[in-house]
Amino acid sequence: MELFNLTIHETIELINKKEVSYKDVVENYLNRIDKVEDKVGSILKIMGEQSLKSACALDEKGVKAEGLMGIPYGLKDNISTDGVETTCASKMLANYIPPYNATVVEKLQKSGSIIIAKTNMDEFAMGSSTENSRFKKTHNPWNLDKVPGGSSGGSAASVAAGEVAFSLGSDTGGSIRQPASFCGVVGLKPTYGMVSRYGLIAFASSLDQIGPLTKDVKDCAIVLNAISGHDEKDSTSVKTQTKDYTSNLSKEIKGIKIGVPKEYFQEGLNEEVKKSVEDAIDYYKEMGAEIIPTSLPYTEYALSAYYIISSAEASSNLARYDGIRYGYQAENFDNLIDLYRKTRSEGFGEEVKRRIMLGTYALSSGYYDAYYKKALQVRTLIKEDFDKVFKTCDIILSPTCPTTAFGLGEKSNDPLAMYLSDIYTVPVNISGIPAISIPCGFDKNNLPIGLQLIGRPFEEEVLLKVGYSFEQGTDYHKKRASI
Amino acid sequence: MKLSIEDVVYVADLARLEFNDDELKIYCEQLTNILDYAEKLNELDTTNTQPTAHVLPINNVLREDIVLPSLDREKALQNAPSQENGCFKVPKVID
Repeated sequence: MELFNLTIHETIELINKKEVSYKDVVENYLNRIDKVEDKVGSILKIMGEQSLKSACALDEKGVKAEGLMGIPYGLKDNISTDGVETTCASKMLANYIPPYNATVVEKLQKSGSIIIAKTNMDEFAMGSSTENSRFKKTHNPWNLDKVPGGSSGGSAASVAAGEVAFSLGSDTGGSIRQPASFCGVVGLKPTYGMVSRYGLIAFASSLDQIGPLTKDVKDCAIVLNAISGHDEKDSTSVKTQTKDYTSNLSKEIKGIKIGVPKEYFQEGLNEEVKKSVEDAIDYYKEMGAEIIPTSLPYTEYALSAYYIISSAEASSNLARYDGIRYGYQAENFDNLIDLYRKTRSEGFGEEVKRRIMLGTYALSSGYYDAYYKKALQVRTLIKEDFDKVFKTCDIILSPTCPTTAFGLGEKSNDPLAMYLSDIYTVPVNISGIPAISIPCGFDKNNLPIGLQLIGRPFEEEVLLKVGYSFEQGTDYHKKRASI
Repeated sequence: MKLSIEDVVYVADLARLEFNDDELKIYCEQLTNILDYAEKLNELDTTNTQPTAHVLPINNVLREDIVLPSLDREKALQNAPSQENGCFKVPKVID
């Protein structure tokens, strides 16, 4: 058994039994990167030397293995690392070296886990296939001709390919869950405010949330333990009680009420995806869950509202890239305004510019009420939809995506078609609630299918429990891409 | 909502972006398509619906007014494309 195929909890057990050292683990992952990275392309920067040094130090000190101690991870390249390039996969930040760590990086450091890679992404997290990276294409480890999903495509593909034991991504409209679904791994978008956004390079501040991508649900709980909690440096982070998210995991879920919204099973949903999700529903029925057919009537408006809101926030957030304080600066310019224009036009890629344009338009005088305010009002309706359902249901179950991974290049010329890939994930961000994607099957081409579980705010432990139960009755999470 | 080339030029100016003629045409078409899709929101009557800018019931987060360490000047300037005498350097603004 290769170490890179193991989960975090399995690895920790082996280290404790002294069967392997911390160095063995990091070395094994680095070798794996060496072997498959040419094919997968999920990594922007490998931190080999530094990570080996950290592992050797743990061995020398004889540190007890628990939690995330010595576990190598990948970090999406929009999360700031002190002294290490953080590029957002953009020419704009190609040489940017943050002068501080994101809070999640500090927290992971405290937990003893070891960063070994910064992972590829869609430029500024805008996209659903990672094809918008200005630096490289990432391939789906299950089929190299397919996209890994996005925008955290590098984070998902690196876990699926065994290049890292887990990774962090960010999810603004599905950017953790959709690539998790496409790559056959577990991906959690925590409740808005659960995990500090300090040091996460902003895309849409009212929607962005950092979360884990892991090989199974228990690993996800372990990582959530390490990264969640209030942070004074993020005024939108919430003071919650500290919980051990691993303590509630069990197969037993009798009596839990699972809502199944009809709007998530309509036209556009691939038949094989539908079948797998229905099988999951049958599993829960057998386990004694109460399945409640339900409705979220405003679902069809979520995507429109999402693209207006997220682009408006992006246009405002990305106004900071002016070529003065950090980032790319155009070489030839006539005056200050010209410097701004040239810097931004040369530094940003096509999709980023498209979203800035859309957002600027939606916020501009005369259109603010018609687009931006309208979208915020619809946001209220979508949120109320969920509030109503959660009065009678403990969680909501749906597919994560309407399809399995699509081909590289297949949707890159049609922005709207690309956006539709997020149709089941965006309502969750709009409402600020938590959701997890877990592997629930494979299509006839052996591409993974993801099951989405959506929960009440700050009830991650319920999501994790229900997801864990599914894993106890199935073995999809044990399948590894043969690359 | 059909955008004109002039609309796109106007918005580009607001966003401090510039495009060549081909790009303007493409953006014009694509933004029109996306806005058409967004028109769907107008099917809903939201006259009495409050907008949600933020999902959490948190307001005015305050902390004690204590001086904490901040970035030193060198670190704050380390990524500046152009600097002089410990300051960010910008092109001349007033003639």
